[in-house]
Amino acid sequence: MEIMGNTRSQLFAMGAEVPSASALYQAAEKVRDAGYSRWDVYSPFPIHGMDHAMGLKKSWLSALVFIAGITGLTFAAALQFYPSSIEYPLVVAGKPTNFFTVPAFFPIMFELTILLSAFTATFGMLALNGLPRWNHPIFNWDLFKKVSNDGFFLAIEATDPKFDEESTRAMLEGIGAKHITLIYGD
Amino acid sequence: MQSREAAAERLKRAPLVTNNRSMSWITNHVASCTEKAAPTWWWIAFTLSSSLAVVSVFCIGYLISTGVGVWGLNHPVGWAWDITNFVFWIGIGHAGTLISAILFLTRQKWRTSINRAAEAMTLFAVVCAGIFPAVHVGRIWMVWFLAPVPNSNAIWQNFRSPLLWDVFAVSTYFTVSVLFWYTGLIPDLATLRDRATNKLRKFFYGVAALGWRGGNRQWKHYEMAYLVLAGLSTPLVLSVHSVVSFDFATSVIPGWHTTIFPPYFVAGAIFGGFAMVLTIMLPARAIFGLHDLITDDHVDKMCKIILLTGSIVGYAYAMEFFIAWYGGNMYEQYAFINRATGPYWWAYWTMIFCNVVAPQLFWFRFFRRHVLWVFIVCMFVNTGMWFERFVIIVTSLHRDFLPSSWNMFYPTWVDIWTFVGTFGIFLALFLLFIRWLPMICIFEVKAVLPEADPHHGHDGHDHTPAAAMKEGVH
Repeated sequence: MEIMGNTRSQLFAMGAEVPSASALYQAAEKVRDAGYSRWDVYSPFPIHGMDHAMGLKKSWLSALVFIAGITGLTFAAALQFYPSSIEYPLVVAGKPTNFFTVPAFFPIMFELTILLSAFTATFGMLALNGLPRWNHPIFNWDLFKKVSNDGFFLAIEATDPKFDEESTRAMLEGIGAKHITLIYGD
Repeated sequence: MQSREAAAERLKRAPLVTNNRSMSWITNHVASCTEKAAPTWWWIAFTLSSSLAVVSVFCIGYLISTGVGVWGLNHPVGWAWDITNFVFWIGIGHAGTLISAILFLTRQKWRTSINRAAEAMTLFAVVCAGIFPAVHVGRIWMVWFLAPVPNSNAIWQNFRSPLLWDVFAVSTYFTVSVLFWYTGLIPDLATLRDRATNKLRKFFYGVAALGWRGGNRQWKHYEMAYLVLAGLSTPLVLSVHSVVSFDFATSVIPGWHTTIFPPYFVAGAIFGGFAMVLTIMLPARAIFGLHDLITDDHVDKMCKIILLTGSIVGYAYAMEFFIAWYGGNMYEQYAFINRATGPYWWAYWTMIFCNVVAPQLFWFRFFRRHVLWVFIVCMFVNTGMWFERFVIIVTSLHRDFLPSSWNMFYPTWVDIWTFVGTFGIFLALFLLFIRWLPMICIFEVKAVLPEADPHHGHDGHDHTPAAAMKEGVH
């Protein structure tokens, strides 16, 4: 078994490579069925159906975006109605601010709903993924550079309650994974 | 039996990446465009376009320091080239968002190889567009009055003004386009980071990739973010040009005050945008040898979109005339007769020829597959879409209700060079983009390869209609 990183620092994970997207999909099903909980599969692109193969639930980023959208809408309503009806009432073309002129305030409500939602989609995604970050122990694995090209990898983290150097290695070998490596931190 | 085989052949979908390219071939081919030394043509093109950009910046400086009188504006033509250029550039941006958002939601997988460059084009077009409304206000140091913030004059904005809606629409559009574009770039920036060999590139791409690892626990949130952004951008792109059209449609000027404007403007924007996408992608494809990724099928499909939207635009032109006649309003009728036969008749018929007649060639497969013809038609469309905005704005204004105030518009050298210079800004930004960032979305193209399917090669046969028909034969 290969060893990467600084062995005096904490063990991060046991990594392994598989040859293709379909092999990774099948490996993920086996790791899931073996009962591991802190592990991940790495690929150059998102693989269709992988969430199911790993036993992951739907991302709840959409809920955050929904809340942000409602916030944007409410903010736009307040931003427009407070000045237009209380602070600085304007009568435009004989039309005051009231229930009947509300449609003229819709475009800005729409824009701010979209704006806040989009900010939340991007930055919420980064936050849920724990990004941005400067470094990560998995980058100590030389072979892992291929992940953004044509490499498909698995990593079972050392903090997984089922992690055990012998049995995890046996499981990975049983899957047919190659280049089984212990990855340490810096 | 023979015909069955032939039918099966016809039903087969053309592969999105031709010549069975591997994943690493795609990575190498796209990423190396940013890694090799800049070719000579790049330096020539960049020098020319950035010089042109400097001309525009100079003209803008001259305008700001002297006043809007350096433009050819007069009474009653208070908007002319400035707003024409604004609408022209903002419209071009729409193709990028359409490709990245609407074609994503409708699962049009062919979009993957063109969305990155088209989105970049969107951003740069919006940059060029934003210049004109910003500088046309005259005293640009007062432009912050557009923002609804408390000020010492205790004045607030008129939130029912389409001009203020436009400020919100365009700035939201730009911001959301940047977010969408950057989100799409993160995995590819990680690719460039992992390939980087020198310290500077390692640092630059390492920071820009934000520590992306490509784990499925990351992809899960990433795909949701991308879906949500596509869902948000779809109504947004339709709204931006609708709001731009409100600048005209909510006024009472004959020729502007029409309900057809929002859909007509949106169709025109997509039409002009696709023409610009092809105008810059065809040379880029030829220079970098990307024919296996941006195939003739891609060009064919974009031509069909140009034909469709061009015909919608042609319908809108006809409908405007019909309503002017049917509505029975003499000012409206005069505005349209004057448009086609008045002093600006040449602009009107240039527009009709470029936007309605020229794209009709795309009914024929030969023209959609012939790169030179596609390029020529796209140049006509680019010209025609500028003339469309000029016709709408200037012909409607130059003869208003009071004949004593009728006037012609003549552009000054500042008008002309500010506009010409924006092409320099646009191209210079695009050239920088193709040198520093992957112009094709590497990870998405890999995902449409047959071997990216997790069930590839396992159950032995595919389930496409073509395969089903073939099986009937054996």
